Order: sequence, then C-alpha cells, then structure tokens
Amino acid sequence: MDFSGLINDFGPLTVSGLAQGAIIALFALGYTLVYGVLRLINFAHSEVFLMGTYACLFVWGLFGLDQNSAAPSVGLMLLYLVIGLVGAIIASGATALAVELVAYRPLRRRNAPPLAFLITAIGASLFISELTGVLTHRNQKGVPPVIQAKPLFTIGDTTVTNLQLLIIVLALVMMFLLDRFINGSRLGRGIRAVAQNPDSAALMGVNKSRVIGLVFLLGGLMAGVAAVMYNLKIGVTRYDAGFLLGIDAFAAAVLGGIGNLRGALLGGLLLGVLQAYAAGLFGSQWLHAASFVLLVVILLFRPTGLLGESLGRARA
Amino acid sequence: MSVSEKATFRSSGGVRGWFGRQPVWVRGVVVAVALVLAFLLPYAGDIPLLGPQIVTEGIDWPSALFNMSYYVLLALGLNVVVGYAGLLDLGYVGFFAVGAYGTALLTSPDSVLYADTGWKWLMAVPVALALTMVAGLILGWPTLRLRGDYLAIVTLGFAEIIRIFATSTTTLRGDRGFASIPHPPGEWGGKPIFGVTDAVPYFWLGLVVIILVILGVRNLDRSRVGRSWLAIREDEEAAEIMGVRTIKYKLWAFAIGAFIGGLGGVLFAGEQGFINSQTFVLQFSILVLAGVVMGGSGNMAGAILGGALISYIPDRLRGISLGDTDLYEYRFALFGAVIIIIMVLRPQGLIPSRRRAMELKDREKEVAPQ
Repeated sequence: MDFSGLINDFGPLTVSGLAQGAIIALFALGYTLVYGVLRLINFAHSEVFLMGTYACLFVWGLFGLDQNSAAPSVGLMLLYLVIGLVGAIIASGATALAVELVAYRPLRRRNAPPLAFLITAIGASLFISELTGVLTHRNQKGVPPVIQAKPLFTIGDTTVTNLQLLIIVLALVMMFLLDRFINGSRLGRGIRAVAQNPDSAALMGVNKSRVIGLVFLLGGLMAGVAAVMYNLKIGVTRYDAGFLLGIDAFAAAVLGGIGNLRGALLGGLLLGVLQAYAAGLFGSQWLHAASFVLLVVILLFRPTGLLGESLGRARA
Repeated sequence: MSVSEKATFRSSGGVRGWFGRQPVWVRGVVVAVALVLAFLLPYAGDIPLLGPQIVTEGIDWPSALFNMSYYVLLALGLNVVVGYAGLLDLGYVGFFAVGAYGTALLTSPDSVLYADTGWKWLMAVPVALALTMVAGLILGWPTLRLRGDYLAIVTLGFAEIIRIFATSTTTLRGDRGFASIPHPPGEWGGKPIFGVTDAVPYFWLGLVVIILVILGVRNLDRSRVGRSWLAIREDEEAAEIMGVRTIKYKLWAFAIGAFIGGLGGVLFAGEQGFINSQTFVLQFSILVLAGVVMGGSGNMAGAILGGALISYIPDRLRGISLGDTDLYEYRFALFGAVIIIIMVLRPQGLIPSRRRAMELKDREKEVAPQ
C-alpha cells in the first residue's frame, strides 16, 4: 500500500480518472439504454465499441495517417477529429443495429426466454471480436498522434492536458444531448413509454420495433464517441479492447443503477476515479479487483445501484 | 403435480415419451447400453467410415474426450445454479480455478506449502473441494439480496478477482504457474494407470465422476431441495411467502454448483500436471454458460450435450484447413455464429427441459402480433 503516493498524486490521479471515467460512462450508456427498454444485458455492446475504435483508425488511415505520422496543425486536428468521430459513429451504430437484427429481433418474434437473448448476444460478441482477432493476427494497432497531449493549465500542482479536458467535455456534451433527446423529444417519449410498459406503449401507437432499433442505435452512437476518445487516450487498440473495457462499463452502469442515464454518468465517473486511486494505492494490477469489491459493497447497501433503475420512471 | 406431469410426459411423443412408457427392465438395458457405449468412446475412431469423421484431427481423440468430460462437469454444475435455481452466474470459472489452485497449492513442489503438505493428488481432493464450497458460500452470502443482472455482474467480478489474485500474488505464481502436480494414483501391471501419454484413463475417470454427479444432482432435483429451487426460479417472492427458505436454498445451489465446478478443476489439475493464471480467463465461464443454455437450461441431458459441444466443436475444427487458412484460427468466430444459429432456431435449447418447454408454449400464446 502506497498512501504517500496516493496523497502526492491525488490531483493528477483524479483528473486522469475522470477522463477514463468519462469514456466508461459513454460506453455504459449503451448497456443502460438497452437494459432500460428490453431488460436485457446487451453482451455484444463491447464489440459495438470495438468496431468504433477500428473504424476510426481505418478512416484516419485513408487520410494517410499512421502511428508514425507527425502531429497535425490545429485546423487539421479538428478536421481529423470530426472525421474520426463520424467514421466511428457510423461503424458503431451500424454494428449495434446489425446485432439487434441478427441476435435480438428473431428471438423477440418467438418470445424466447431472457437467457436465450444473452446467449445470442454472447455469440455475436464472440463472432465479431474473434474475427477481428484473426484478421488482425491478434496484434495491437497503434493510433496516429492526432492530438498530442499538452498541458493546458494547472490548478495547484495538478496539470490538466488538452486531451483530458476534451474527453471530459465531449462526454458531458454527449450526455447532455442524449438526456435532452430522451426526456425532451417525441422519439424520446416513445422510448420512455416502451421502457415503462411495452404493451401499453404498443397499444398507444408506439412502434415498438422501431423504438428498440433506435435504442440500439443511440447506444452505438455513444459507443462510437467513446471509441474515438479511447483511441486518443490509450494510443492502441486490440481485438479484446472492447471486452476488457466493457466489463468496466457494465460495472459502471450497474453501479449507477442500470437503466438510468444519469446513473451511468455518475457510475462511470466514480468508477474511473476510484480505479485511478486504487491503481495509485495498490498498483495498477489491482485496479479491477478494487472496483469490483467496491461494486459489491455498494450493491449490498443499495441493491439497485446508486440512483436506482429508472429509464421508464424518468421525471415526466 | 408430479403425477399429472408424469402422465403428460408419458403420453408425449418423441424419444423421451417412448422411454417413459417402457417397463423398468427395458429402461435398465437402455441405460446400461448407453453407459457401455460412453466408456467405449475413445475407440470411436475404429468404426468403419463413420469413425474418422467423428474423431478430432489436430488433437488426439482421448485428450479431446477428456476436455469434453470436464466441460460437461462444469456445464452440469452451472446447470444447477442457472438452470435449476435460476441464478445467473457469469463467473463460474472462478470455482474451477479454486479447485485447480487448491490442488496445486497442496501438491505441487512449486507451492509455498510444499514443505508442510506435498500431498498426493487424492489427499488434496477433499480439501480442494471443501475450499471451493467455502468459496461458493463466500460468493453466495453477500450476493443473496441481488437479483438477475446484478448478480451476473457480481459473479463476473468474483471470477475476475480470483484471476487477478492468481496473476498478481507471489503465492499463486501468476504466469509461471505450478508444475509437477501429481497425477491420480493407481497401478496396473506395474505401470501407473494415469500416465502422461495416454489420456484414456483420465476420460474414464471423468466419466465416472460425471455419472456420480448426475445421480447426485438427479436425486437433489427430485427432493425438497429441487422443488425449492424450482419455486425460487419461477417466482422468488411467491416462494418465500409459501414458506420456502429462499436464502438457504440459494446458498445450497451456489455451494453445490461450486463443488461440481471444483471437481472439474481438480480433475483438470490432475491431468495437466501444470496450471497457471492463463488457464482461467473469463471467456471460459461465458463459454460454459453458452453451452448450458444452448443445450437446454434446466435439463441435465441438455447441459451434457451443450457442455460436450462447446468443447468438441473447437477441437474438431483444429487441424482442418480450407485452402491455406487453418479453420482452427477461426474456431471461436465460427462457434459464435453457430451459437446464434442454434439459439435462433431453438430458443429453448437443443434438449429443453419439459417444464420449460411447456412454459414456452404458454408464452408463445401471449405474443402480441407485431
């Protein structure tokens, strides 16, 4: 145990934890959205994220960027960022919809038991990640230095880099947009209605299939944004990147209360920060163990997560 | 309840309906023949024409059979937790790991305990199994209040924690692992039965254990314990109100599931002679869960078939090449596709539990037109 390390690095650990947590939170939204509406864990969501990371690299590759290229100027940097985001969002959204069509819709038609959905999602997840693994020879792929982390400003002895700030702000903006969409728009009202009671919603003229497709798509979009930020922060991606971060994201969704959008944000940020502290205190190999112990302790006292489950019961 | 159910079972068509209508001696003969055939499986390659199609090419057939036997054990154990009690456990590999590590710690010369213990394999078995049951209780106790998906994430975390412990602590040796774990005892004609080259005795040992487990679980399922599990699975609140002690029986499910998983681990350690932290990845327990549900959750025949398939399909693909690509590389990708196809075509599993199948029929009537 390294208490002095934790106390000395408290500021930097907090900031890097928040950045990691922001990525986890966006990723966790996909789990929470699907769970809120279907009451099912979308196991294949980790691969939705994975496709985002590779699509982003692919698009940057089209522009001749690889991990050895020089850092671009500010204008180009923004352009690349937007292009990468668009590419990742399209790929992740398409993957999410494909998963819905192949692994979920046929079972829903037959009113299969919930476990069957879990298994088809596991099958889809295995298929995508293993195919990626074989096609990339299980090597990791480096990310071009589109954004170089530069210290932006300092609070006390804590330096915040432009990358960390970008990640946190972008995540908050995406969260805000999603929250407005779900709680403020007509389509969002449809989603909340189906989450509350699918049959009544169908009787009231909500197209259930379309709402479910929309929910998968929204989760995919958020995962796409998370994928680009992950690329920029971590600098490499691999065929199992989605699976490993997916466990964190799922834990974050449960921590905040699965099915609850704001819970996902809270859970993600909390988990990111706590993992950073745990890494500082015990060493980075214990980071996941610490976060799971914490999860168990919190669930003991609040069995439905910090904010409770409530996509359907969201404020009217 | 049981009387009317038996009646519907006997009057139903198919193989199981026929089997249920036969007199006791016919059933006995059928079971005996099936057992003999199971024990003769290592020689399946000698069947003309059909044999070479069945046996694996890239891995020798008895070894593949032994792999299948511990997968089947794990599937049977997980079936108790998921299929009978309805508790979604995503970290079942944790118990497998506890069983294997328990054996290794007590027997391997690499263990810190070796000076004090250094036991034979057979002596380590009961201690390792007791350890896994305790692990099951430790996992079960704090998670009893959780339901469904919350339980899933906590069990997943439990397996992760065990893996992290195995990777990061010096006592459990991480990647270096434990070597020279002794094999099971026994001699035949001056030579040890359980050697290094021939996997057939291991398969037979696994088969014997499987049969004992089947008998044990079948009796449990027909007892008060089994009825309580069923009640908990169908409606926990209602069960509690009717006087079923849900906490006690959920703990039982966890402990028994853990025990069977530990058996798999103990056998595995005894055959391999070497384990390290790479063996117990999380994908493993997800694979076993896929096997249980694919075969038919809540039905032992289904769990056995599913467990055998998740081990057989990848092993069968080993060493086969199409053009210049080795299918073994694609085994898990293909496996993922196969899982989806099976579940879409038969959402209730390959050999569904009778009761589950009836429930599903009920549900299908409730489907609102889309």
